[in-house]
Amino acid sequence: MNRASTARTEASFVPTIDIEALGLDEGGLLLVRRALAALPVGQCLQVRGASPDWDLHLTAWCRQQGHDIETHTLESGRLEARVTRGPWAEGRWLGALQTGQSRLAAGDLPAETADPAWGLAMRGATVEAGGPSIGFGLSRRDELWAATAGDLYRQAAAAQWDPETAIDWKAPFDLPPAIEAAVAQVMTYLIENENAALVVPARHLGQVHPQYREVQQVLALQCADEARHIEVFTRRLGLKGAAPMLSTAGGQASLHSLMLAPDFSTATFLLSVLGEGSFITLLTFLSDHAPDPVTRQICRLAARDEARHVAFGMAHLEYRLSVQPDYQTRLQNAVEQRHDELADTAGLNEEVFDALVVLAAGDLTASALAKGHAAVHQLKLDMAAGRRARLLRLGFAPAEAQRLADLHTRNFM
Amino acid sequence: MGAVAYAPKVVTIWEGFKAWFAQQGFAFDYILYSNYEAQVEAQFDGTLDLAWNSPLAWVRADRMARSRGQSAQAVAMRNTDCNLRSVIVVRADSPIQSEADLRGLTLGVGAIDSPQATLLPLHHLQQTGLKAGEDFSVRRFDVLCGKHGDHIGGERDAARALMAGEVEASCMIDGNHLAFGLDGTLPAGATRIIARTELYDHCNFTASPGASQSAIDRFVELLMAMKWDDPQVRPLLELEGLKKWKPGRTEFYPALAAAVDEQGFYGPDGSILRADYRY
Repeated sequence: MNRASTARTEASFVPTIDIEALGLDEGGLLLVRRALAALPVGQCLQVRGASPDWDLHLTAWCRQQGHDIETHTLESGRLEARVTRGPWAEGRWLGALQTGQSRLAAGDLPAETADPAWGLAMRGATVEAGGPSIGFGLSRRDELWAATAGDLYRQAAAAQWDPETAIDWKAPFDLPPAIEAAVAQVMTYLIENENAALVVPARHLGQVHPQYREVQQVLALQCADEARHIEVFTRRLGLKGAAPMLSTAGGQASLHSLMLAPDFSTATFLLSVLGEGSFITLLTFLSDHAPDPVTRQICRLAARDEARHVAFGMAHLEYRLSVQPDYQTRLQNAVEQRHDELADTAGLNEEVFDALVVLAAGDLTASALAKGHAAVHQLKLDMAAGRRARLLRLGFAPAEAQRLADLHTRNFM
Repeated sequence: MGAVAYAPKVVTIWEGFKAWFAQQGFAFDYILYSNYEAQVEAQFDGTLDLAWNSPLAWVRADRMARSRGQSAQAVAMRNTDCNLRSVIVVRADSPIQSEADLRGLTLGVGAIDSPQATLLPLHHLQQTGLKAGEDFSVRRFDVLCGKHGDHIGGERDAARALMAGEVEASCMIDGNHLAFGLDGTLPAGATRIIARTELYDHCNFTASPGASQSAIDRFVELLMAMKWDDPQVRPLLELEGLKKWKPGRTEFYPALAAAVDEQGFYGPDGSILRADYRY
C-alpha cells in the first residue's frame, strides 16, 4: 500500500488527506483523526479514499464525534468528503488537572498533597476533569515520602534475584537430625516473621497515591522481596524432608502489633527501622553460623534485601522528622506502647532460642553449647547496638536511644 | 419522564441528569420501564409527562395520540440521532452483488422490534421488490425484545452468524458496521456492503399529550444548556452517546412508519399487531 499523504491544494487551500485504499476500520481513522487534530475548530478537511464504503464509515464516525460532513463525487468518479472539525475534542480538556512533573530532579519533591481527582493517572499527566475521585489513604507527602526513594527503587530493581539460580540447592550436605531440626525451627520462625514483613507494607501499598510513584515502587519490591524470602525459607525447610515446626502465641502477638500500628510512619519505624534492622543482624548471624551452604546462601541474600528495607525506613523517618520534628514523640510512644502490650507475653520462644544456640554450637556437647550460647548472647547485644545507632541517626538523644533500643520486642522483629 | 432500562448504565445516566436538573432548580424524576410498549402506554394514562422514546416508540406514540385526537410532540433528540443509515452486509467472497441476489437466500436480522436491524432493512428490500418470507428467508436474532433494538446484541449475533456462514447476509446500522470492524466481530475487509437504506432518525424525547407546556419548555431549555465542556455533564452525555442535544424533528420517521405498516407491526391506532412479538 502506498503511503497516505496530506497535501494542500493550491486552488482552495483546503487541507486534504488521501487515505487511499486503507479502510477506516483498519487504521484509516487514525489518519483522519491526526489530520483533524492539526486543524482549528470550524476548519474543513477534505478526505479522499478508495476502500469500499469508506464514506459510509466516515459519515457514521463524524456523526458520533460531532463533526459535520458532506460527501460529493468528483468528475473522476471518485468520492470526496468534506469534514468540518467540531469543537468537542477541545471541550474535553477545559479545566483539565495538572499533576506535577514525571521526573524529579535532585531536590525536587512531588506534590504536598495528591488530589483524589488525579485518580490513577501517572504523575505529570494532564487529567480530564470529571473523572472518578479515587480515595487513597496515603495522599500527603509528609506521611510517606523519602528523599532517596527513587534511588532505593532502582537499587532494589537491579538487585532482584531468582531463587532457582541464585541458590545452589543441589550443594551436598547431610546434617545430624538434631541440627537439621534446629534449622527447621529457625525457618518456621523466619517465615512467620517474613509473613508480617510482607503483609504490613502490602496493606499500606494499596493506600499510596500514585503521585508518590517512587514510594509505591519501593513498597512493591519490598513485598516481592518478602515473597521470595518466604519461598526460599520454605524450600530450605523441606529440602531434607523436615516438617514445619512450632509457632508461639507470644511470637504472633509481637508480629500482630506491627499490623496494628496507627499509621504508615509508625509501622515503618517499628517494622523496618527496628524489626528488619534487627533481622539483618540475625540473618548475618545465620549466614555465619548456619551448618549448611544452602542456609548460609539464603540468609546472606535475604540480609541484603532487608538492608534496603531498613534504608527506606530510615530515609522516610528522616524526611518525616525533618518536616515534623515533634513526630519523634509519637515514635517514642509507639515503642513504649508496644513494649507494654507485649510485656505479658513470652517474647522469643524457647524453641527458637535453643535452635539458634544449637546452630551456633554446631553440636550438642557442653563445650560447643557454651560457645553457641555466648554467640546468641552477643547476637542480642549486636541487635540492640544496631537499633541504638539507627535511633541516634534519627536524632534521638543517646540515653533515649539506648532506652528505646532496649524496649524493643524480645521476638526480634 | 419514562426511560427504558436496556442496560445498567441507564440508571447512571438518569440519576446524573436528575441531580443536574435539581441543581438548576428543576424538579425532575424518572420511571424506568422494561419495554417501550409499557412506556408509551404510560404516556396516555397520566403517568408520564414525557418519554425518551426509540423511533419505533415514537411511531406508536404518534399513532396512539392521533387516533385519540391528540398530539404527541418530538421535542428534542441527540445530535447522533440524526441522519442514520442501515446497511445489508455479505461476506467479501460472496457472489451476492445486489439486493436481487438475495432471492431464495437467508438474511440475518436483529430483534423483531429493531428499527435499524430489522424493520428498516426489510422495508428497503420490499421497496426493491423483495418480500421477506416469500422472496427470501429471515433469520431473526431476538435479543431483549421490547427494547426496540437498543441492545446491540441482536445486531452482533446476526453479524457473527454471517461470518459463521449461517446466513448469507446480515443487517446492521452503519456505525455498527464500523464498530464491528474495529472490534474484530467483522474482520476488516471480510465483508462487503450491498445495500444502504435511506436516511432516518433515531430516538427522541416525546412529550405526552396534555403535558404541561411550560414544564416541557423548561426541560428542553435546560437540555439545550447542557454543555459538553461541563465536566459534570460530559460523562453522562458520553454514556448516552451524544455531543449535544438538538430540537426534535419528525421528517425522517416516515420510512419506519411505512415499514411498520408493511410488516404489520402496529395498527393505525398504535395497537400491537404482531402475534409473535414478546416483550
